[in-house]
Amino acid sequence: MAEEKQEKDTGLNFPKEITRRLGGETIAFCYQCGTCASSCPVTKVTDRFNPRQVIRLALLGKREEVLTDGAIWLCASCYNCQERCPQKVEIADVIYALRNISISEGKIPNIYIEFANALLSEGRIVPISKFLEKKRAEYGLPPLKPVGMEALRKILSATGFDKIMPKKGEPR
Amino acid sequence: MTSYALFLGCTIPARQPHYELSARKALKKLGIELVDLEGMSCCAPPPLQSIDLETSLAIAANNICTAEEADLNIVTLCTGCFESLAMANTLLKEKRELKARVNKILSTAGKEFKGSKEVRHYLQVLMNDVGLDCLRQSVVKPLGKLKVAAFSGCHILRPSELLRFDDPERPRVFDTLIEALGAKSIWYKNKLKCCGGLLRGYADDVALAIARDKIVNATNAGADCISTLCPFCFLTLDLGQMLIKTTYKEEYNMPIIHYAELLCLSLGVEPKELAIDFHKVKIDKVLEKIG
Repeated sequence: MAEEKQEKDTGLNFPKEITRRLGGETIAFCYQCGTCASSCPVTKVTDRFNPRQVIRLALLGKREEVLTDGAIWLCASCYNCQERCPQKVEIADVIYALRNISISEGKIPNIYIEFANALLSEGRIVPISKFLEKKRAEYGLPPLKPVGMEALRKILSATGFDKIMPKKGEPR
Repeated sequence: MTSYALFLGCTIPARQPHYELSARKALKKLGIELVDLEGMSCCAPPPLQSIDLETSLAIAANNICTAEEADLNIVTLCTGCFESLAMANTLLKEKRELKARVNKILSTAGKEFKGSKEVRHYLQVLMNDVGLDCLRQSVVKPLGKLKVAAFSGCHILRPSELLRFDDPERPRVFDTLIEALGAKSIWYKNKLKCCGGLLRGYADDVALAIARDKIVNATNAGADCISTLCPFCFLTLDLGQMLIKTTYKEEYNMPIIHYAELLCLSLGVEPKELAIDFHKVKIDKVLEKIG
């Protein structure tokens, strides 16, 4: 077990694993110039996230570190880095790929569990309250059309989304 | 009359009736018909893309299929919805393998993405269907004295390769539309940078620090208000000022106003018809200045 884990951590399997994922295809083009970090609104206010560093660790095969130290959840998905990357690394999408891997292994922040459950039960990630329904009518807004739950459930079942049964607790 | 399927998404109908109300009123006045279709769901924005990108593409495609079946192009108000749907639409129209992969998923629900429709943000409808000349002529109450800090948010501009809305580094569309109402669109520091909204709920301290930057920069530039397109930007900056007050002990009172609201005011709609109670930071100063 221990040996297996070590091989996973030090080998180059992790970059390959990311490259095979939707969103992760371009990670290996990175030459660590740091344009991403200097364009990042999050890096500007906290040292807990630096996109260049996330990519570096991932390319070095530091699987456990990347998936558990919490940095990947601090990307604001603003795409500023991706827009400016001279190597056309799709950085924001790479972060999505890393989050997708993390979640497929049950490491999912609570807020995302809430989004997933709202989608599964209502087809919306921000369910509408009785208060707002009443307000809408007062303002003369039309009643909301029903969500296509039947089709949505079939899609969520076809991709296995409905089988993601996360364990509570944020990755740290 | 030009007709669009209105894609409302989750946040606007559930949290911001002032946005929906003003957008519906303004577009109707400008001759755009909005059709509410049955069967749409969440657009599959970044929080869902974070969980699974493939599922998110399929959800977005399924929404586009609903518009295809009704033979209508889609218009969105929320820039998050715009990004999810426009990104999926471009990707699936241009990447054959990905389209096949997504259509295999959709087939389990009896759906097929054909790629026959367009996804537009309402600013594009104003620019291309209404047109600047017609818009200027429709303004009955020019917002002459108002200095507006335009804040389009990220997801109408980026990733520009797929969204194709405007130049991502030197955008002009939003500013042009603000000036068409007679107001002045002012420059402020870090105008194009993110509001931090998507970090709310995971790292509230980081999200608030980024939002504060935005408010400070607009204040220093002498803005009368910040104008938004995205419901998350609105929430982050409007409600955010209450949190800045308790966390940083600073008070800015910077009104945050959706562009659709400014549009309605310039078209002569009375403020009392616009659900302005939903603003945490009151907009009275702005209304006074407009007169």
